[in-house]
Amino acid sequence: MIPTQFDYLAPTTVEEALAALAEHGDDAKIMAGGQSLLPVLRMRLNAPELVIDLGRIEALRGVRDDGDAVVIGAMTPHAAVGKDPLLAEHAALIPKAVEHLADAQIRHRGTFGGALAHADPAGDLGAPALALGAQFVIAGRGGTRTVAADDFFVDLFETAIGEDEILTEVRIPKHTGWGAHYEKFVRVAHQWPIVAVAAAVRVEGGTIAEARVGLTNMGNTPLRARAVEEALVGQPASEDAVRAAAARAADGTSPPSDLNGDADYRRHLATVVTRRAVLAAAGA
Amino acid sequence: MTRINLTVDGARVSDDVEPRTLLVHYLREQLGKTGTVIGCDTSNCGACTVHLDGTSVKSCNMLAVQADGHEVTTIEGLATDGELHPVQEAFRECHGLQCGYCTPGMIMQSVDLLKENPHPSEEEIRLGLEGNLCRCTGYHNIVKAVQHAAEHGGAGQSGGKHAAEVPAS
Repeated sequence: MIPTQFDYLAPTTVEEALAALAEHGDDAKIMAGGQSLLPVLRMRLNAPELVIDLGRIEALRGVRDDGDAVVIGAMTPHAAVGKDPLLAEHAALIPKAVEHLADAQIRHRGTFGGALAHADPAGDLGAPALALGAQFVIAGRGGTRTVAADDFFVDLFETAIGEDEILTEVRIPKHTGWGAHYEKFVRVAHQWPIVAVAAAVRVEGGTIAEARVGLTNMGNTPLRARAVEEALVGQPASEDAVRAAAARAADGTSPPSDLNGDADYRRHLATVVTRRAVLAAAGA
Repeated sequence: MTRINLTVDGARVSDDVEPRTLLVHYLREQLGKTGTVIGCDTSNCGACTVHLDGTSVKSCNMLAVQADGHEVTTIEGLATDGELHPVQEAFRECHGLQCGYCTPGMIMQSVDLLKENPHPSEEEIRLGLEGNLCRCTGYHNIVKAVQHAAEHGGAGQSGGKHAAEVPAS
C-alpha cells in the first residue's frame, strides 16, 4: 500500500522544524529515520497532512564527548551509534543493544532519537537508556529542557515529548569500565524481542559493586529491575548469586500477553534472560 | 508535487514526485527500473534493497523525496560494462537462488555486507542478511555464494557506475 497524500517539509534547522510544528499542530507528524513511521503510513494507520522530515538537520547527527556524558544526536543512525568508539568505551550497553536491533538496512536509516521517541515497548533502546540513566534533551519554541529517563517513558508509545517539541539529543552518563550486555529473546530473525534485558555491572575484585538492569517488553514502558539491582550489589559475580538476584526480575512488572507468550511466561522468561544478561555483563 | 534531483545507477535524473511516493515505486514506475522488486508490505523482506550513497536501505521504507540530492544504486547498476559484479557472478556460480525473487535484494545486501566485512564467517553472513527473506528457503546456497564472492574479488567492491562516469540522460 501507499500512504495517503501529505505535504512534505525538510527543514535544515531545529528552529524551522519547531515553527512548522507550531503552525500545523496535530496535523503534522515528525519523521526521523522513518523506519517505524513509514510502515504505519503505508498501512494507513496514521494519515498526517504534513510530514516534517528531520533528515536534513545536520546539527542533530553525531556522537560527542561532553565531560561526564556521551551525547548522541537524535538523528544519529543506529549503524553509527553501533560503531562509535566513545560509546564503546564509556557506555558499551548502547552499542551492544544496537548490534541486533532490527536488521542492517534498517540500522542504516533508523535513528537513535527516533526509536526512543517512538517508545515502542518492544523497542531495543529504551531499556539500555533507562538502565544507564540517560537524559533526554527536548527543544520547544521557548528553549530546551532536559528530562530524566525515569520520567521520559510515560506509556505505550508515549513519552514526555510535548506535541510542539522535538527530541534533539540524548545524554548518556559515562559508565567507563562497566561490563555490559543486551540479551534479546526472539523466536525468529529480525523480530521484536519477546523479552530482552539490558545489564551493566561494575565488578571490583570479583564482587558486583554496582548494577543497572533494564527490561524490554515487560510492561507498557521500559522498566528498571531495581529489585535485581539491589540484590546484586555486594554479591560475587557467580552463577548462583546472579541466579538468586535475577529471580526477582519480574517483581512489580505487568508484562503483556500476546501470541508470543502470555504474561506468566514472560515473567519466567525475564528471570532467565536477566541471569544470562548479568552474567555476560560481568564476564562470568 | 516536489522536484527531486538525484543520481540513479550513474545517471542524473530529475523528476516531479508526490511526497508520498516510495523510493521503490519511483524506481520501478517512473524510471522503469523493475530489477528492484517489492516482496512485502511490511519492510521485512528486503527484496527492494538498494544502495543510498553506497549503503544498503530498503527502498520501500523510504520516500523518493528523501533521496533528493543523493546517489542510488540498484541491482541494474551493479554490473560494469557488461561484466557482472563479483557478487552477482558468485550467486550464479553457486546457484544462490531458486525462484529468484529475493535475489536482487540479497545481492545488494551482500555487497554492503562484504564492504563492511570483507571476509565474514558463516554466522556473520547469516546475521548480515537477517533483513532479507527467501521464501524458497534457499539460504544455504545464498550463504555459499557470499563466501564464494568474498574469495573471488567481491570483498570491498561497491561496483556500478558513478555520476562522473556517465553522461546525464
